Amino acid sequence: MLRIDGLSAWYGEAQALREVSLQVDEGEIVTLVGRNGAGKTTLLRCLMGLHKDAKGTIEFLGGDVTGLGPHKRARRGLGYVPDDRGIFATLSVEENLTLPPVARPDDDREAWSLERVYETFPRLRERRRFPGTKLSGGEQQMLALARVLRTGARLLLCDEPTEGLSPLIVQQIGDILREVKAAGVTVLLIEQNVHFAATVADRHHLLAEGRVVESLDNDEVLAREGELLEYLGI
Amino acid sequence: MLQQAFNGLVGGAFYALLALGLAVIFGMLGVVNFAHGAFYMLGAFGSYVLLDSWGVNFWVALPLVPVVLGVAGTVLERLFIRRLAPLDPLYNFLFTFGLALILQDLVKREYGVQSQPYPRPSALGGSIDLGLFTYPAYQVFVLAVSVVVCAAVWVVLTRTRVGMIVRAATERPELTRALGIDVARWVTPVFGFGVALAGFAGVLAAPMRAVNPLMGSDLIITVFAVVVIGGLGSVFGSVAAGFAVGIVSALGNYYVPSLSQTLVFILMAAVLLWRPAGLFGREEAL
Repeated sequence: MLRIDGLSAWYGEAQALREVSLQVDEGEIVTLVGRNGAGKTTLLRCLMGLHKDAKGTIEFLGGDVTGLGPHKRARRGLGYVPDDRGIFATLSVEENLTLPPVARPDDDREAWSLERVYETFPRLRERRRFPGTKLSGGEQQMLALARVLRTGARLLLCDEPTEGLSPLIVQQIGDILREVKAAGVTVLLIEQNVHFAATVADRHHLLAEGRVVESLDNDEVLAREGELLEYLGI
Repeated sequence: MLQQAFNGLVGGAFYALLALGLAVIFGMLGVVNFAHGAFYMLGAFGSYVLLDSWGVNFWVALPLVPVVLGVAGTVLERLFIRRLAPLDPLYNFLFTFGLALILQDLVKREYGVQSQPYPRPSALGGSIDLGLFTYPAYQVFVLAVSVVVCAAVWVVLTRTRVGMIVRAATERPELTRALGIDVARWVTPVFGFGVALAGFAGVLAAPMRAVNPLMGSDLIITVFAVVVIGGLGSVFGSVAAGFAVGIVSALGNYYVPSLSQTLVFILMAAVLLWRPAGLFGREEAL
């Protein structure tokens, strides 16, 4: 579904990604694990077309999206949730949800209607008139996920959705991701919580200094949890 | 005192219209449009030329001139501002500043620096009894029209899909694009609209202010102070600060004439000390 080939990226002189190549198949949940500064966020931003200073090719759903702007990638089915959730303060909760143009015209899957979003996330219905940033961290993450689903995204790029959230909320996010997966949406996820990663994801890539240094499955992650935690400095 | 305050409101109406245009342009494009005062001047001159050369009256000029200027603004955005936007903000800063000087001098070459007369529309020639004092009808009209225009812009921004996109793109242009919205497509009309608002203020100014090539540059410095006081990019803040600055400078002009030129900047400094992001600015946006 997604194929990255020889992707490099720079911030001025500093190289953030070095020839990253990886693949995500339809229906998978894949995580990117690594220390701060390993290039995880840069990788997601490159995939969404938000980081310009990059080289390499990105294929999505059989088409080359490398030269496309972010809004065109979104319309092809890429969805991005930034690490700060990206909730608009000047928009109400409901406006945050209705901002994206809903689903792509060539898509006949059932779209995420406002009603369906509110059934899945009752809290959002209660708070729909609130300014987006007046929600709690967990509610903002739910809003961010619901909003990106409304774009009709086939592949979600989520930058640390569990960061700074309580264990109960983290569990809820896990449930949502499994539900999203069951609905046929693929997820590429940045995650520092390796235990959480192993419970929701299928495969894991370890990034260091802008390279994919190891690719692991769930059993390997769980067997090496202590070592990984130590490596990540958590 | 009341009459002074009312004078201030009328003066503030011009600040508010100009600051509103500057604020939407800055918010959506991140461009500080130094040519804004020149567009205001062109609005006043446009209506003067229409009347003087073709006998086209005020009521036709009021919608016509802003539309023409707005279209010119969209062309300008397409040809120049868009190309400079990805570079350092200084390039658009210099471009619009240079453009203002060019427009000013072109008008100066044709008409000189002396003020041109523009009569009040005859229907608004008299005075209106406002209860506590009588006031020239035209000034009352200017105040009413600008309040209506500002309110209409507010409604569009807060109640329509276009407004929602403008608000989102003002806050986080990149993320708005990542959600599937073609932000670039909205930038051109927003710029044109801001320019049209400046032209509209210029047409309104023609019958009550001196129509000369420097009228814009005299006013725009104060308008920048207004935008800063209101909070950069905050549409509501710009309008509120526009009227507030109008009142403050009218009262200042009356009671402490020696300070009339500096009062606005003292106010700006005080507001910035108290709230560095301006009255309605959001800290995190800066």
